[in-house]
Amino acid sequence: MKHSLLIYLFIMVLVTNLIRVLPMTLIRRRITHPFLRSFLYYVPYVTLAVMTFPAIMQATSSPWGGFIALLFGIVAAWFGWGLFPVAAVCCIVAFVCEIL
Amino acid sequence: MRTATRSIFLHGMRDGFPIGMGYFAVSFSLGIIAAKAGLTAWMGFVGSFLTRASAGEYGVYSLIAIGASYVEVVAMCLVTNLRYLLMSTALTQKFASNVSLLKRILVACCVTDEIFGISIAYPGNLPPAYPFGAMLISTTMWALGTAVGIVAGEILPPHVVAALSVALYGMFIAIIIPPSKRDYAVGISVIASFLLSWLCSVLPTVREMSAGTRTIVLTILIAAVAAYVKPIKIEDHDEA
Repeated sequence: MKHSLLIYLFIMVLVTNLIRVLPMTLIRRRITHPFLRSFLYYVPYVTLAVMTFPAIMQATSSPWGGFIALLFGIVAAWFGWGLFPVAAVCCIVAFVCEIL
Repeated sequence: MRTATRSIFLHGMRDGFPIGMGYFAVSFSLGIIAAKAGLTAWMGFVGSFLTRASAGEYGVYSLIAIGASYVEVVAMCLVTNLRYLLMSTALTQKFASNVSLLKRILVACCVTDEIFGISIAYPGNLPPAYPFGAMLISTTMWALGTAVGIVAGEILPPHVVAALSVALYGMFIAIIIPPSKRDYAVGISVIASFLLSWLCSVLPTVREMSAGTRTIVLTILIAAVAAYVKPIKIEDHDEA
């Protein structure tokens, strides 16, 4: 069967956005259940942490470059640097590791 | 637009710009794969603009390249993007109660790992103008990167691509570290996330899991344990 490129793209756009919209239409009020509230409080930090490590080590050509960038990023963020400065520190460290 | 709303929108655009730079690098390499799947620059631009999912798009373009079935594409989108379901659910709790359903739906459509990250980091309730501003600029760069990648292929030196792709993780770090410093339960959850995520990527059998699936499984597991061990204190500051 010959597949249409446009149908492929349409499915991608539709399914991906439906996943995003579904909770918004279903959950309109503040959740009061203590466990659920606590769960949702931790979700963002856990998700971002899981996605950061070890993935950052696969973004660079040597895992060490990503790992060192991560350490520098953590230190910069610990001292209260914002999104862009921390990202820039990570990029510069990764770039230096790449060319060394 | 009211002045306050406009300044929030501009604030969003300012925070969206570094995200967009990271996006450009990532979607540039995505464009190279999209070209292999036969997409034109315009298809890549529109597809990326409307989808905004790195792993999801990567998976779909690889499937298109091998002529997979539509059902497989649906399954791929579900698995690689299921984390957005959790993120959207978390965001439902971030709105003031008077935010309209339409705006909530539009904010949901803005959800990517990074826009979600900065939206959660926004102090207090989330005004929709903030993710809108961030989304407008970052998505445009995301779509542009895909299109340029399709047309220009491998022009950027690999060193630069590697260095730029670390930017996204740098932003994640900037979001998760400050609350880890304030709340040790968050800090321990973050350390546990790092360790378990790493273990899942090296241990036999478990490492066969896709990164998307690993994110979902570990998020549910670790957040549930944290919520059970250290429930947060309920404050009803926004019931009005």
